[in-house]
Amino acid sequence: MVDSTVVLWGQTLAYTLYAIVMILVVGWVAWKLTKPGKGGGVKPALFFTFVAFLTVLGVSLHLITLKTIPWVEPDLHRASVQVDKTFEIRVGNHEFQLPEARLVVKVGEKVRFDVASDDLTYGFGVFRPDHSMVFQMQVVPGHKNDVIWQFTKPGLYTIRSTEYSGPKGARMILEDAIEVVDGN
Amino acid sequence: MSIMQTLLNGEQGLFKPKTLTPMQKLTLRFVVVGLVYFGFALVEGMIMRIYEVQPIPFIKSNQFFAIMTAHPLVGIFGSSYSIVFGAFLFLVPFLMKKPLWSFKLASWTFWLLTVGTIVFWGAGFVSHYAPLYTLYWPLPADFSQFSALGGAFFILGIALAMLGAAFFVINIFKTITYTPKGWEKQPAGALLASALGWTGIRNIFRKKKEEHLVPLPVAAVARGSVDVALNSATILFTGVLILVYMVAELSGTSLKHSAIDALLYKNWFWWGLDLVADGLVLIFVAGTWYLLATMISGKALFMQNIARAALLVELVVSWTVWSHHLLSDQAQPALLKVVSGEMVTAFELITQGLAFFITLATLWSARPLKMSNELKFLLGGLLGFALGVPAGIIQADVGLNRILHNTQWVVGPHVHVAVLVGLTMTLHAAIYILFPILTNGAKLYSQKLANIQFWAHLLGGIGMGAFMGMAGLKGMLRRTIYYNGEFNVYMILAALCGGLLLLAFLCFFINIVMSVGLKGLLGIFGRSSLDKDRLLPTGE
Repeated sequence: MVDSTVVLWGQTLAYTLYAIVMILVVGWVAWKLTKPGKGGGVKPALFFTFVAFLTVLGVSLHLITLKTIPWVEPDLHRASVQVDKTFEIRVGNHEFQLPEARLVVKVGEKVRFDVASDDLTYGFGVFRPDHSMVFQMQVVPGHKNDVIWQFTKPGLYTIRSTEYSGPKGARMILEDAIEVVDGN
Repeated sequence: MSIMQTLLNGEQGLFKPKTLTPMQKLTLRFVVVGLVYFGFALVEGMIMRIYEVQPIPFIKSNQFFAIMTAHPLVGIFGSSYSIVFGAFLFLVPFLMKKPLWSFKLASWTFWLLTVGTIVFWGAGFVSHYAPLYTLYWPLPADFSQFSALGGAFFILGIALAMLGAAFFVINIFKTITYTPKGWEKQPAGALLASALGWTGIRNIFRKKKEEHLVPLPVAAVARGSVDVALNSATILFTGVLILVYMVAELSGTSLKHSAIDALLYKNWFWWGLDLVADGLVLIFVAGTWYLLATMISGKALFMQNIARAALLVELVVSWTVWSHHLLSDQAQPALLKVVSGEMVTAFELITQGLAFFITLATLWSARPLKMSNELKFLLGGLLGFALGVPAGIIQADVGLNRILHNTQWVVGPHVHVAVLVGLTMTLHAAIYILFPILTNGAKLYSQKLANIQFWAHLLGGIGMGAFMGMAGLKGMLRRTIYYNGEFNVYMILAALCGGLLLLAFLCFFINIVMSVGLKGLLGIFGRSSLDKDRLLPTGE
């Protein structure tokens, strides 16, 4: 599976390019607005081309991510996905309760994290040692909160609440709670 | 004139509050209070930004989160609502060429927003009530963490602001449809149909097109006001629900949290709350862009029938996009995630893109234009939304949301760029264009200060959003505290950009105060002896 850092890198590149182009376009329009025009306005054809472009862009964005981001399809059909391992985790009183002191996972294994809250709405996020996010989900009390993930790199990962649950929530961090080992 | 004389009497002593009509005074009061609350929100933002670099010893974490709870609410209800409502309560009668339906109700809106904001801000400041604006159940009723009494005052303050918003909506619709005393009977039904878009829908199927009775910017105000009404009703209902828990707690009975389904509540609350960000803001802003573009260019709006139709589409879209806030909620049905969260949300790219294009095309038709303050701030506002809306569309994607939700990306390039650059610069453009009209020709104190304000605001807003976004892409969460300086480089750079925003605000505030003078500023809050039904002292 493609690592989430790759997806973020692609998104960063695409948005940065877009932002630069947009700043240049508005800057250019601002400069041209102060110069004499030829008297004619903008042609409707340009307007309708722009509308068509926005429509294609809006629809295609989600189709592209559906086909290129590997966790989307299994996520939408989680109930029917066969996994290699399931970890049942509880959260309550601003504390995570893991089934084992350290959750051990093999690279490439399909793992289901099934997290239940006893009181508040929390978040369940997995982070790399450099604090970048691998993935996250919301943990809503009274509901099933599960996510399926395949780790691509061995190493130690931290669990952290990604949703505000009161001031104590900022300290809901379990360092090195997940160990991903080589699958071979 | 010396600086002291200017400070007292305003630039060249041109501003004379005694010449103002009650409507002009009321509108200026809304603007002044809106700017003061904008300053509040800015200072709160700077405190939080510094805290994210290094927790401040004398501010405890519960106080920090109380600030985080108040910050967006002060910014939206205290500042943006005040400026927007004040401007529209003046502009709707101005454009409809008839008096405001009720001056008294407009004054009530002013006071309810002003007092409501100080009440909920004060409740948070004193009691540290901090469930954040999202109020995820059962956090607002978790009395092991928060004071029930403090929370009750917080909810009371929000309720007062929402009541003010409801009064605004009533006043807008009544002003559009009523018949002033001594006038020929107005076609209330046809006016309402035109304002809400029903006339436009009927015109699609008719050979003989019906005339639009309501100007386009008024149609935008009316359609945005529908979302204001729905949003106020949702927040008021939710407030009452939370208040029931608080009153029970204060009377010694703890009600069960499980009586309310947390996911259902989250859907309900986001449906209503999202009518602000994805509804009324976008509709009001588009309407303001159109008005500014036609006023600056002196030309008719480019593709105005399509612009009118897009405002209606935006209204309908705003009722159906809430699920993009629940893409990381695994119990949320996949169908809602894909249809409401992704597909319908993507429509905002189209509707806002259309407004962007139509505004620029209208300006383009009038070249050459002078780069006035209103024009440059309008262009800044357009750029803000051009950057902020696509950043939101990116995170409203099932795949990308898994790695972006609740990171600084959401609140940086999306929220702060759209609000601080897009919305605020649009509002400042409106203030600049209305300033001579509302002050009977007062002169701006310093163009240099206005230029510094523009560049500091634009660079500060985009820069802060960009550095927050970079931190978000590196995994930095929002709504938490980093105690070990994990993201200090980004946060220091974002704080420097925040400093630019503060500088811009100070330039603006000083410029306004020096333009009208301290005596003039106080005079705005005095009574006017002129007729309440007149918008301006001489011919309108």
